[in-house]
Amino acid sequence: MTARGSLLPKLVRTTAFRLSLAYLAFFAVSVFLILAYVAWNTTRLFNDQVLETIEAEITGLAEQYRTAGIRRLVAIVDRRSRQPGASLYLVTTFQGERIAGNVGSLPPGTLDTAGQREVDYARADEETREHTAIVKVFLLPGGFRLLVGRDLEDRVRIRDIMGRALGASLLLVGILGCLGGWFVSRRVLKRIDGMTGTTATIMAGDLSGRLEIAGTDDELDRLALNVNAMLDRIGELMAGITEVSNNIAHDLKTPLSRLRNRAEEALRTPDDAAALREALERVIDDSDNLIRIFNALLMIARLEAGHASESMEHFDAAQVTRDLAELYEPAAEDAGLSLEIEVEPDLPVHGSRELLGQAVANLIDNAIKYGAEGRGGAPGAVRVTAERDASAVRITVADRGPGIPEGDRARVLDRFVRLEAARTRPGFGLGLSLAAAVARLHGGALTLADHGPGLQAVLSLPVRTAAAAA
Amino acid sequence: MRILVIEDDREALAYLVKAFRESGHAADSAPDGLDGYAMAREGQYDVLVVDRMLPKLDGLSVIRSLREQKVETPALILSALAQVDDRVKGLRAGGDDYLPKPYAFSELLARVEVLARRNARSGGAAEATSYRVGDLELDRLSHRVSRGGQDIPLQPREFRLLEYLVRHAGQVVTRTMLLEHVWDYHFDPQTNVIDVHVSRLRAKIDRGFDRPLIHTVRGAGYMVRDGAR
Repeated sequence: MTARGSLLPKLVRTTAFRLSLAYLAFFAVSVFLILAYVAWNTTRLFNDQVLETIEAEITGLAEQYRTAGIRRLVAIVDRRSRQPGASLYLVTTFQGERIAGNVGSLPPGTLDTAGQREVDYARADEETREHTAIVKVFLLPGGFRLLVGRDLEDRVRIRDIMGRALGASLLLVGILGCLGGWFVSRRVLKRIDGMTGTTATIMAGDLSGRLEIAGTDDELDRLALNVNAMLDRIGELMAGITEVSNNIAHDLKTPLSRLRNRAEEALRTPDDAAALREALERVIDDSDNLIRIFNALLMIARLEAGHASESMEHFDAAQVTRDLAELYEPAAEDAGLSLEIEVEPDLPVHGSRELLGQAVANLIDNAIKYGAEGRGGAPGAVRVTAERDASAVRITVADRGPGIPEGDRARVLDRFVRLEAARTRPGFGLGLSLAAAVARLHGGALTLADHGPGLQAVLSLPVRTAAAAA
Repeated sequence: MRILVIEDDREALAYLVKAFRESGHAADSAPDGLDGYAMAREGQYDVLVVDRMLPKLDGLSVIRSLREQKVETPALILSALAQVDDRVKGLRAGGDDYLPKPYAFSELLARVEVLARRNARSGGAAEATSYRVGDLELDRLSHRVSRGGQDIPLQPREFRLLEYLVRHAGQVVTRTMLLEHVWDYHFDPQTNVIDVHVSRLRAKIDRGFDRPLIHTVRGAGYMVRDGAR
């Protein structure tokens, strides 16, 4: 009962109900206007017909007077006056004395001038003027006056009928509108209440809940679909955060405990100044590495949040690729690798030159690190190429290292993932994730493929077209 | 040189002032943006070290206001934000250099010294067209390098690397500074890429000569100086 009791005020507050009310008012005004128009037209038609009848009778009577004189006119008027449902007739002298007709009294002055008007009148057998008629006065040659008129009772009746119809219509519109509004609001309200309930449980922490889709493809369905998509994305992000936190906890513990051990060991041998100094230097190195890890993590997080608008500019990806390849060439040679560079000229992109530079640096750095060993101990070349087609600029870094098994390729782009085989080499497992985040920020992608043997990393970015540059 | 450090973290402030003084510089400190602004306007400082986030008036506003008042003292911005856009915003506000936190003091010191020297020089004559360190000569116009009268052919990038080192002869130049000024990228090189470039340059410049000119400064970077002095 309480639910029912609280339903009505809640209903009144709903958008659907308010909309229904507005429609109702609009509809009522429309009905009123339509009926008023019909009534006005009907009255006009009625008046026209009455006037036509009066005109015809006057013409006829005047003709009789002209040909047969006043006696004949009086005789005809007397006869017509007695007929049931007769028109109104009155013939008077110049002074206004009644000669014939069925009209008892008229407002003074009615007969003074010719023409038509609406007047109150009394019949010949009545005392007070309580009827209304439309009359026409005609001045006959010889000083006589002829009045012909029609009672307007019919017109009043039509108006009454119209008025009642209008009232009934408005009442009906009101009742039906309220019922319809109530019904529609209740339906909508029920669905929205369902959504509110679901979102409340989701807010309480159960991310698995989803809004119900009615399948009608209306506004509410679209809203529910969007909310569900949003929830999916939130779920993915939450899962990502959980996994990343676990990885961070795991991977940071190792260098942190190593750092702690070094400091402790240095404390145990406080006499050896040189050893103490060396230990301190290594502690600083270790903390620098930790700082690097944190910086890289922060950077990936910020890239994924999509903040870099200030440093976005138009630039040539070919130049960036050449710069970085040239920067790493001596390092590659030191590692016993040759660095082959093949860069198409003029690769226009829009984005952060700094970030792209860092992404390419990470890819080349990886290629040198893993390509140096080669498969079967014979190191090959690291190939850096950059090319474009109509829609994308592709920067490819390929090595002849051990490569990455197909099943692991998607996984290594995640933060901190380093394959068991790579755990012995230096690095934090963040280089590829950072490059992938940079690619995503630019609306591109980083894909890994087999280089038979080796790994081929392709960083593709949308090409900046002339239209986009304008 | 005189350095003003504007930083709200008391411990960091004390550490920086002490470290600058131990390196032979005079250092003053300001704990918030307003104090820092007032001191920077009135005092004669060679370099300002400004934290980005400060109470009362943030670091970028301090620098912007100073520049509006025509105070052109070089300013280095320290920032804990480490956002991609941060450097761009800092330099746009009128900062001259930018260092994300946390940083190595050696890196900060090297940058501050370079900034101060640049300012002292720009106050005087225009930049030299040729440099000489010991028996090494570098001509910026003809891009020629010679040592002891003997021409040394260099690749364009090697020339720019040497030019930067020689221009800051007697000063420590860090690896990130080299990446910034010779290659124009601002990320942390992490691996030894810069060292390999320097050692190649060193092979061309110093091999066969008694006195090396390119010196490694442990834990900091490189320095070009005439070994005899």
